Amino acid sequence: MAAPDVHVVRPRQGTPGNPTPRRPRKRRPAPGRTLTYVVLTIAVVATFTPFAWMVVGSVKTQSELLQRPPTWWPESPTLDNFAAWFGDLQIERFFINSAVVAVFTVLGNLLFCSMVGYALAKIEFAGKRVLFVLVMVTLMVPGVVTFVPLFVVVSKLGLVSTYPALILPFLASPLGVFLMRQFIMGIPDSLIEAARIDGAGEVRIFAGIVMPLCGAPLATLAILTFLSSWNNFLWPLVVAQSEDMYTLPVALSLYSTGQNATNYGVLLAGSVLVITPVLVLFVALQRYFTQGIAMTGIK
Amino acid sequence: MVAYLFALPFVLTFTFFMLFPLVSSLSMSFTDFTNRDISSPLAITFVGFDQYAELFSNRQFVRSMFNTFYFVAVGIPLTMVVALALAVALNSGITRFRTAFRVGFYAPVVTSIVAVAVVWRFILQPDGLLNTVLSWVGISGPDWLNDTRSAMPAMILMAVWRNMGTLMIIFLAGLQQVPQDVLEAAQVDGASSWQRFFRVTLPILRPTLLLGAVLLSVGFLQFFEEPFVMTRGGPLDSTLSISYFTYNQFGFGNYGVASAASYVLFVAIALLSIFQFRAFRSKD
Repeated sequence: MAAPDVHVVRPRQGTPGNPTPRRPRKRRPAPGRTLTYVVLTIAVVATFTPFAWMVVGSVKTQSELLQRPPTWWPESPTLDNFAAWFGDLQIERFFINSAVVAVFTVLGNLLFCSMVGYALAKIEFAGKRVLFVLVMVTLMVPGVVTFVPLFVVVSKLGLVSTYPALILPFLASPLGVFLMRQFIMGIPDSLIEAARIDGAGEVRIFAGIVMPLCGAPLATLAILTFLSSWNNFLWPLVVAQSEDMYTLPVALSLYSTGQNATNYGVLLAGSVLVITPVLVLFVALQRYFTQGIAMTGIK
Repeated sequence: MVAYLFALPFVLTFTFFMLFPLVSSLSMSFTDFTNRDISSPLAITFVGFDQYAELFSNRQFVRSMFNTFYFVAVGIPLTMVVALALAVALNSGITRFRTAFRVGFYAPVVTSIVAVAVVWRFILQPDGLLNTVLSWVGISGPDWLNDTRSAMPAMILMAVWRNMGTLMIIFLAGLQQVPQDVLEAAQVDGASSWQRFFRVTLPILRPTLLLGAVLLSVGFLQFFEEPFVMTRGGPLDSTLSISYFTYNQFGFGNYGVASAASYVLFVAIALLSIFQFRAFRSKD
């Protein structure tokens, strides 16, 4: 895979004084064009239907949810289902847990992945190849293979149901290392050599020259890491054993499989609360999401 | 040397949270390690390959292997076909709403599987949204998640919906690399648009398709959240995946068995990874 070029990866934006030139309008007779639009529109509506149905359901009363056939529009919209999460279920606590874990995981990845990415891309040292091969191999190691012994270690250390247990294993993801290395390789060597000749140390080059150029991949890395942390499930399920350490997905899943399995109003409201932050983030920053895939070939 | 300093944080977390568990998971899989052995690991007995032999004669595990294979073998081709269709449609020269469509199709990818599984369980109820819509065209849908025949197809449907966006983006990037002049030459030679697609575009896209398939299978092979939330592995183990089996064994305290089961999955994924590196290589 080729290293992404420094300038190509940056999101394209028309600067205020110099807007992106509009392509001249081509009028081509296209009989299939309308059909394409119709099919795509139907497909996109179908894709969004589960989200819409979730939102509509979350403001229905339990008795309305039991009506058959289902009502299309809530007859007496209510926020009780949401109130249940903020009242008895204490979602604030799970929200804080998810946020704390995500923030530290993101910060860790931004720093550590770019550090090792820089070393792999621009410094010669013994063992470099081995390190890179290890990174690539572990890209494929599924969490399900490591969680059992990891849990043994964590419980030996007395860290079950703590933030360190939730955060530490994800502080430097192989994917992030790969992403940063690929990008930093695209930074011209001459820039770094010049600084070295001027007597700048590696730390100064890294912090003063390389990092400021890494805006785009760091943004992508931040978003991808946030996403996988926010949605992470198996490890938090295993290691967060006391209720006050549950993350959002763990809390929702345990609520949904317990005695409240058919309490759909509250369940759907919970889904809305888990999904909405990431959906908003995604729509606002969608360019970086798709870039991340294009840059790594991996979600 | 300063390079090692740069690599240190990664190497530490890697060694401690990846390499060590990976090795100890392998060695645990040859022992009768249980949750009682955490405090006194000296009581462990080495059981060798017996654990694996037992595993492969465990009907529940064999069932979970079959289910995982079913999910992967049906889910992946289906996701690929849908994603390719979407990518081709988006690449067919439409200009308006392109970003809106892309955002719409990709949105499910960013959502928590747990949360969407809750929503889909609601949609898949006997009198839920899906069966209501099906009844308009005269189909009386099954009790999707409580029928051994339909529980897995229902789960695959959701997986296609959630994952098509990733492949769509990858395929879209691949389609943009198809040289226009080759397509135009084919057109001049009188090839219909179907012929151009199947004889020119698809062969050029092969490495991209392979890459997409392998990327997706690594995720699909580990599927866990969907049955955990939607069916608890049922009915009658018909949606129990290898990951779920592993998790259950862990829950029973059978750490040795869980490790062995997870290593079977790991080998399957490793084989696919080798495949993936090939796919990467043929791309260069």
